Amino acid sequence: MLRKNDMSTINDFVVRFANVNGTGSASANALFAKSIFRMGVPVSAKNIFPSNIQGLPTWYEVRVSEKGYLGRKNGIDLMVSVNPQSLKKDIASVRPGGYFVYDSTKKLYEEFLREDINFIGIPLMDICNREFSDPRQKQLFKNIVYVGALAKLLDISFDELEKLLSEQFKGKEKLVIPNVKALNLGGDYIAENFDYPLDFRVERRDLVKDWILIDGNAAAGLGAVYGGASVVSWYPITPSTSLVSSFEKYANKLRKDPETGKNNFSIVQSEDELSAIGMAIGANWNGARAFTATSGPGLSLMNEFLGLAYYSEIPVVLADVQRSGPSTGMPTRTQQSDLLMAAYASHGDTKHVLLIPSTPTECFEMMAEAFDLAEQLQTPVLFMTDLDLGMNEHMCPPFKWDDNRKYNRGKVLNAEELEEAQEWGRYKDVDGDGIPYRTLPGTHPTKGAYFTRGSSHDEKAVYSEDSDTYVRIMNRLVKKLETAKTLVPGPSFYQENNESEIGVIFFGTSRYAAEEALDIMRADGLKIDAMRLKAFPFSQDVADFINAHKQVFVVEQNRDAQMRTLLINELEVNPKKLIRVLNFDGTPITADLIIEPINALNLQSI
Amino acid sequence: MSYIKPKFEHPRAPKNTLGYTRKEYEGSLSTLCAGCGHDSISAAIIDACFELAIEPHRVAKLSGIGCSSKTPAYFLNNSHGFNSVHGRMPSVATGANLANRDLVYLGVSGDGDSASIGFGQFAHVIRRNLNMTYIVMNNGCYGLTKGQDSATADQGSVSKAGSVNNFEGIDLCAIAIELGATYVAQSFSGDKGQLIPLIKAALSHSGFSLINVVSPCVTFNNNPGSTKSYDYVREHNEALSSLDFVPVKEEITTEYNEIDVKMVEMHDGTFIKLNKLHQGFDPQDKLSIINALQVARQKDEILTGLLYLDTNSIELNDLIGTVNKPLNSLTEKELCPGSAVLEGINAGLR
Repeated sequence: MLRKNDMSTINDFVVRFANVNGTGSASANALFAKSIFRMGVPVSAKNIFPSNIQGLPTWYEVRVSEKGYLGRKNGIDLMVSVNPQSLKKDIASVRPGGYFVYDSTKKLYEEFLREDINFIGIPLMDICNREFSDPRQKQLFKNIVYVGALAKLLDISFDELEKLLSEQFKGKEKLVIPNVKALNLGGDYIAENFDYPLDFRVERRDLVKDWILIDGNAAAGLGAVYGGASVVSWYPITPSTSLVSSFEKYANKLRKDPETGKNNFSIVQSEDELSAIGMAIGANWNGARAFTATSGPGLSLMNEFLGLAYYSEIPVVLADVQRSGPSTGMPTRTQQSDLLMAAYASHGDTKHVLLIPSTPTECFEMMAEAFDLAEQLQTPVLFMTDLDLGMNEHMCPPFKWDDNRKYNRGKVLNAEELEEAQEWGRYKDVDGDGIPYRTLPGTHPTKGAYFTRGSSHDEKAVYSEDSDTYVRIMNRLVKKLETAKTLVPGPSFYQENNESEIGVIFFGTSRYAAEEALDIMRADGLKIDAMRLKAFPFSQDVADFINAHKQVFVVEQNRDAQMRTLLINELEVNPKKLIRVLNFDGTPITADLIIEPINALNLQSI
Repeated sequence: MSYIKPKFEHPRAPKNTLGYTRKEYEGSLSTLCAGCGHDSISAAIIDACFELAIEPHRVAKLSGIGCSSKTPAYFLNNSHGFNSVHGRMPSVATGANLANRDLVYLGVSGDGDSASIGFGQFAHVIRRNLNMTYIVMNNGCYGLTKGQDSATADQGSVSKAGSVNNFEGIDLCAIAIELGATYVAQSFSGDKGQLIPLIKAALSHSGFSLINVVSPCVTFNNNPGSTKSYDYVREHNEALSSLDFVPVKEEITTEYNEIDVKMVEMHDGTFIKLNKLHQGFDPQDKLSIINALQVARQKDEILTGLLYLDTNSIELNDLIGTVNKPLNSLTEKELCPGSAVLEGINAGLR
C-alpha cells in the first residue's frame, strides 16, 4: 500500500541503486541520470563502488536538484535494490516515508520489512525470463526494466529514454528494439499495479542550458590533448586510469598525422610509477610536453624523481587523482589526502606547484594550463583532483578554447639566441624572477650543452659542493616559487566585499557541498564569507582573506586537515584561527557536514 | 639541423669526415681513481664517436648514479648530459627518445645501477627495444660506497676485505638476450681494440644495444680471488671473434674465407666484419649464444665480442606507430585540435 504525502515535491530527491558489480547496471543507471539531465533538470550521479571487477555490492546515487545543488545529500528517497547481499542495509538506509523498489520474484524476508517506508515489488527476474530468450539479455534487461519502472514512478519522459538508447546503439539498431521493450515492460508493470507518479517526481525545466555531462578524468585527458601533451607515460592505478584512457581516445581521433596516419603522440604504459615519472621527465627535458597520471600510492613512489625535477628544474605535469589512503586504503573511495605530500614531495627542501580543479570544466582548463605553468616555471606541476571528480559524471559549463591562445613554452633558447647570448649559464637568474634559461639537446654544435644533475651545481650547471653556491641556488628556487604565486590561478571569492567576521575556505570537490551549505546558512540569516582555493603556492589574496576574518573554517576531505596545515605553515596564520571541517569516510562531503560545525561554533560564541 | 663549422682549437689535428677533431668529443677531466677501467671505456666512447663522425651535439648521454654514472661528464662535452637518479636512467632515456627520436642516445650505467636498484628498468627498456646504446661499466662492486659486493659479483669471488660472495651473480648479457635485446655485446675495459668497434656497431644499430664491459675497480675489487680483477679477466677472457666495424662508404674488396669470417649488414648499410669466429657460433642465432654462455659458465670463461644481433629489430617509436618527425618539433597546429572541434565534443556531451 502506498502512502501519499500531502505535498508533492518536484525535482528534489535522491535515488540510490544497489547493484552487484559486473552485472551491466552501470550503463542502465547512467541512462536514468542522463534522461533527467535531458529534461533540463540538474542532476548529479555518484558511483560508490568496490575495488572488485565482479560480484561485490556497488551503489549508484543520483541526486536531482531544481536549485542545481550537485553535492551529495544524506537521506535516500528511493532505493532500487537488485542486490540481495546488501538488502538489509539498503532497506535500513531509506528515509522514513521513502520508497524501496525491489525484485519481487523472491519474497522479502519478513524481518527486513519496515512499517515506515513503502515497498514497490517488481518481479524483474520473472518478467525477463518470460520476455527474453537470450540468457545474457535475461540478466541485462532486468536493469532496463527497473529504469522503465522508475520512469513511470517519477514521470520521466520515455521519449528521452528512447532517444538516448538510439544514440547509445547507433550502428547497432537491432539492440534498440529489445531495450525499448524492456523499458516499456517496467513502465507497464507500474501502470498496472501501483499509483503513479510518486509524491516526488521530475518535471521538465530549462535549467541545464548549454551545460555538458562528463567526468573529470575524461575532461582532463581532453585538456592534455588541447594543452599540447605529446608524450604520456603511466602505470595503471584506480582512480587515475581513465584519465590516460581519455587522452588516448581523443588523441587517436584528433592527433593523427594526416599524411601517414601515424601518431602525433606516444603513450607508454610503464613498469611502475617510478618509470612513469622518469619517462615524463625525460621527455620534458627533451622539449616535448609530457605528463603522467597516478593516485596516492603512485605519488609516494614518484617522490625521488619529483625532487630531481625540482632541483634540476625540469618541467613535468603529474595528475594525482586522489583516493582514500594511507597505504592501499580504500582504493575506490574519494579523499583529498595527498596535499601535504604533493606540496612538499621528495627529501630535502622542496616545494611544488599544485592546481586544484573543482569541476570537469576546470579539469579541462587546468590540465591544459598545467603545461604552460610547468614550462614557464621549469618545475613539476601537480594537478590535484580526486576520485569523486575524476570518476563521476558532473554537470558543468561547456569547454571553451581560444584559437588565438599560444602555448607558453617558457625560456628556451634556440640556436640563434645561443649564438647571440653573451655568457649563458643554465641556472643563471638573468631576469630576476628566479627562472633561468634552458636549452634542448641537439640545438647547437658548440653552445648550450650542459649537464643535468640532481647533485649540487652552480649557475653553469657544474658540480659544486661549495656552500655559498649551494645556498645561492636554493634561495633562487625560493624566488622562483614567489614568481609562481603570481602565475597560478588565484582563489575565487563568493562576495565582492567581505561581509562577515567568519570566513570559510574550501577547494576541489568540496565546492559542491560548500556552495549549498552557504545558501542554506544565508537563508537562515548567517552571513559568512567564502573563498575557494585553486592553487598552491598561495597568492597574496589568500593571506588577505584570512587576515580579514576572525574565524576561518577550512573544509577538506581528509583526517588531518592538510590544507589547514599548509595555510598555517605557508602564511604563518595563528592555528587557532583556522577551524577544521573534515569529512574523510571515503564518500563525498555533504552540506550538512559543513553546516553543523559552523552552526555549533556560532551558537557557542552567542 | 646541422652545424658543421665548429671552432677548431687544433688546426693540424686529424679531423673526421665532418671536420671535427677528437678533442671536440672529449669531456672534463676524470675524477675517478687512477687506473679505473671506466676511464678506458670513456676513451673508447670518444674514439668511437669521433671515428663514426657523429655530430657531438646530436648525442644525448644519460646515466644513473654511481662511479660509472659520473663518466658522461668525462666525454662528449658538447652533448647534453643527464645524470638522473639511481637505477632510473632507462626511463629518462625512454622519455627523451619519445620526445625526439632523431638524436643518438647513449646510456651509461653500472652493475649496482643496472643489476640491483635498476634491474626492473633495465629489463623493461630492453623489452621495449628502445633505440639506444646502453653501456654497463661492470666492476662487480659498489665503488662509490667503498666496495660492497654488487649483484654481478660472481659466486665465490673474494672481496678486498677477504669475504666470499655467497650469492649467484647476475649475467646481464644472458638476461638481456632472454628479454629480447636486439644487440648484445660483452667486452673488457682493457681491450680497446675490441671495445671501439663494438660501440660503433651499437651506435649504428636501430634498437636496444647492450654492451656489458667488465671494468675492474682498481681500489676495491682488483685483488687476488676477485673474478672482476684485471688479472682474472685477462686470463679468462674468451673472444667469440675479433671484429671490425665497416662504415657504409668503404668498399668491400677482400674475398672473405666463409668459414671463420662473417659479414653482418646493419639496417643503415654499415657492416660488422667478424673474424676468427668460434666454430659453431653464430651471433644471429639466439640458441647458439644461449648455449655458448652456458658452456662458458661451466668453464669459468668470460665470453667477449658480439654475442647477439637481430638486424630485423623494430625500435620503440615504430612499434607504437609514432610519426617520424620528432614529437618535440610539433607545432600548435599539429597539437591543438582547436575550438571548432571542441564545440563538436561539447555537443556530444549534452
